[in-house]
Amino acid sequence: MSIGPAQCEISLTVNGKPRTVRVYPMERLLDVLRHQLELTGAKEGCGEGECGSCSILMDGALVNSCLVPILQAQGANIVTVEGIADASALHRLQQSLLNCGGAQCGICTPGIVMAAYHLLRKNPQPSMDNIKEGLSGNLCRCTGYAQICEAVAEAAAHEAR
Amino acid sequence: MKTESIVGMPVPRKEGVEKVTGRARYIDDIVLPGMFYGATVRSSIPRGKIKKITFAAGVPWDEFVIVSAKDIPGANCVALIVDDQPCLADGIVNHREEPILLLAHSNRHVLPKAVNSVAIEYDPLPALFTMEESERQTRVIWGTDNTFKRFLVEKGDVDSVWGKADYIVEGEYKTGAQEQLYIENNGVIASFDRKKGITVWGSLQCPYYVHKALMKLLALPEDKVRVVQMETGGAFGGKEEYPSMIASHAALLAMKSGKPVKIVYDRMEDMAATTKRHPSRTRHRTAVTRDGKILGGEIDFVVDGGAYTTLSPVVLSRGTIHAGGPYYWPNIRISARAVATNVPPHGAFRGFGAPQSLFAMERHMDRIAATVGISPIEVRRRNFLKTGQTTTTEQTIQEPIDLDKLLNRALTYSDYHEKRQRFHKENVAATYKKGIGIATFLHGAGFTGSGERYLASVVGVEGCADGRVRVLVSSTEFGQGTKTVLCQIAAETLGLQYEDVDIAQADTEEVPNSGPTVASRTVMVVGKLVQSAARGIEQTLIASGFLTQEHSRKEFREACAKYASEHGEFKSWARYEAPPGIFWDDEKYRGEAYAAYAWAIYVAEVTVDVTTYSVTVDDFVALQEVGRVLHPVLARGQITGGVAQGIGFTLYEKVVWQEGRMQNAQMTNYIMPTSADLPPIRVYFEELGNVHGAFGAKGIGELPMDGPAPAIVNAIEDALGIGFDFIPLLPEDILEGVAAHSRVSDSHDSQGVR
Repeated sequence: MSIGPAQCEISLTVNGKPRTVRVYPMERLLDVLRHQLELTGAKEGCGEGECGSCSILMDGALVNSCLVPILQAQGANIVTVEGIADASALHRLQQSLLNCGGAQCGICTPGIVMAAYHLLRKNPQPSMDNIKEGLSGNLCRCTGYAQICEAVAEAAAHEAR
Repeated sequence: MKTESIVGMPVPRKEGVEKVTGRARYIDDIVLPGMFYGATVRSSIPRGKIKKITFAAGVPWDEFVIVSAKDIPGANCVALIVDDQPCLADGIVNHREEPILLLAHSNRHVLPKAVNSVAIEYDPLPALFTMEESERQTRVIWGTDNTFKRFLVEKGDVDSVWGKADYIVEGEYKTGAQEQLYIENNGVIASFDRKKGITVWGSLQCPYYVHKALMKLLALPEDKVRVVQMETGGAFGGKEEYPSMIASHAALLAMKSGKPVKIVYDRMEDMAATTKRHPSRTRHRTAVTRDGKILGGEIDFVVDGGAYTTLSPVVLSRGTIHAGGPYYWPNIRISARAVATNVPPHGAFRGFGAPQSLFAMERHMDRIAATVGISPIEVRRRNFLKTGQTTTTEQTIQEPIDLDKLLNRALTYSDYHEKRQRFHKENVAATYKKGIGIATFLHGAGFTGSGERYLASVVGVEGCADGRVRVLVSSTEFGQGTKTVLCQIAAETLGLQYEDVDIAQADTEEVPNSGPTVASRTVMVVGKLVQSAARGIEQTLIASGFLTQEHSRKEFREACAKYASEHGEFKSWARYEAPPGIFWDDEKYRGEAYAAYAWAIYVAEVTVDVTTYSVTVDDFVALQEVGRVLHPVLARGQITGGVAQGIGFTLYEKVVWQEGRMQNAQMTNYIMPTSADLPPIRVYFEELGNVHGAFGAKGIGELPMDGPAPAIVNAIEDALGIGFDFIPLLPEDILEGVAAHSRVSDSHDSQGVR
């Protein structure tokens, strides 16, 4: 059963590695990452850009990968949660989320990590209001956000030392 | 030699590294070879007979596996309490989104079109959409009187109090439906093998609920049904009973197709079709003295159960028992009903009936205070339950709880008196009016009444050949910290380090039934059993001469390794036994309703913008006594998270119904709080300890859901001088209330908004 226009080839860089995928042009970047590239860190929470669970970096910008047709990612530089830390060590943000209780059920956590990573790259010493604002596109139903925001502040303080 | 203390320490979450790196495996991250994808064809009307099902042209139907009620080998029901809910509608539908047919295909992209290409013709029947319509019984849609369950609690002689009262205070309070809104939607994978039977992996709270449902549906014996919990991305009650439904669907498709089948809902399907918090209506009529003492009263509590029984009787039970709040009632009559409507069944959601009846109680206390002319603080102080007094079910409070002292602490932290006075003065000329409100409440831990005795939970602890210890429970982790805390308890019991203890995946093939992960029971009840089972391991080692009474961690590990290597499987089991002296009468609803209660005082500070009528919560103090806090970071996370859900329940989260269907089944138009919407939530604990729980713990998970709504609505009344008796309370509701109030004020020529 056909589902629309023919497949095409898209080349992009994912977590530093060049990748080429054969896809339907309007497939969502999120699905290509999860299904073809087996990078399941980004999650689908709502499918309409509200929850931020699928947050990734695309050419340095924080985007909801559920809203990006793969066609738009041709030649793009993509960073997912899998590209944040080495296999052997956690990124400082990840360590802080663990220390502060910022991850409960964990489903929003990869998106939170990406949003916080993006925030600290733009603003290495954010105020608590900056942090709340920077994470306001990422919904978490477990924590009430306090321990997530504290984790981002702890990571920023650690980096500043 | 047990020198270190692990209980009470913020040890790292057991599965934390997997979660922060994105390596944790949730159900939608799993792909099995040859896997098909399943989808559900659902009812588009609220009630009616199915006349005809047509498969439209343009879809290669022979490529699809199609399952209807006729394919069910066993009983067509989702087994739970009363087996009235079909797994697939057979001839008749009783609510919108009721499942009728199942489709599966190897290409998930083709499913939406196929679902839309199934045309179902109905003979519609008249439907009921509200509790009031259901109560009028102009049509009977369930049983003989539209009523799933009734409770009557009676204490003393209520009928004698009215003549002695200085005031009789009446009120009616309503709460709306609330979506659990776990960020991971419901999902499962099922696989069938003629020899091994059915296996289901899924996002779920209660593996043995699903196990029981599948046995009945598929007519399979116990050992031919296996249920495995995967990492679960939030649940909050929303994955207590519903997973039995979606697992049943995937299992039927897997049996018919011979392929593994995955069903994962998208957000809209999850919100429209799965359970929500029961809407409620509570009426209070209370006799009080001129100094604000409660003489007695009547409470009428009704919840909307939706189209089938599901968990409504138990939700009603908890709501009924909590309806009197943390107060002493010499005389009371509580009548409660769960009624049927033609909406998708409402179900478990954190708090389980208590947030509904406590909202009413705590709003009503402020109404009593205003009627009598004393402060909201004073009216509570004068009626608090004290040690030695009895609750509405005549349970004597044994624990040394001092609510007065707890209240004083909360007033100090929140600066209540100073702020209240200042706000009243400043509000006169302000367009941003500020208010402060309070809620005092309790929450019972564990199953109600005889519930724990019927559950008879079993826990195992295994000594491994490498000297490590494993906890074997069906209690699940979905964010609260089950894995971490149960490992802490085992480690502390055995004098081991936290790292020496693991916990098995909740897989019915490997773990015993330690009961469902609900009702704030895991740390208190299951934790205590973990402690007993762990002691069993130690006692075996000592009895067999491998270990002496006094031993080091190293000696324990060596002895455990030696025993396990020599004897093979080395497991110790503990089964729940009710503490002596516990009495509960299921008929009269009287006795020890809960083994322990958590107690709390919450204070909310709000600003109401009287131009836009939007409400901001500026500060929130949450003080509670939950027994001993076993993990300070996780415990605080439970409170902040619960308060955030409570703030959503009060000010943001409105399910818009149209003829029994949720119209706003999207995160775009069903609004939960973001990081930018919440106040600082200041969490404090008082630790009295508890003889029934592991290391003195009580339940904690549900408690924080109970207090925010009344505290916030009380604060809004403090700010505006206008009371609201329903939630959710959105700006348009406040605008309407203020307009109505000024119309009344104008006609009486009295003062307007304070």
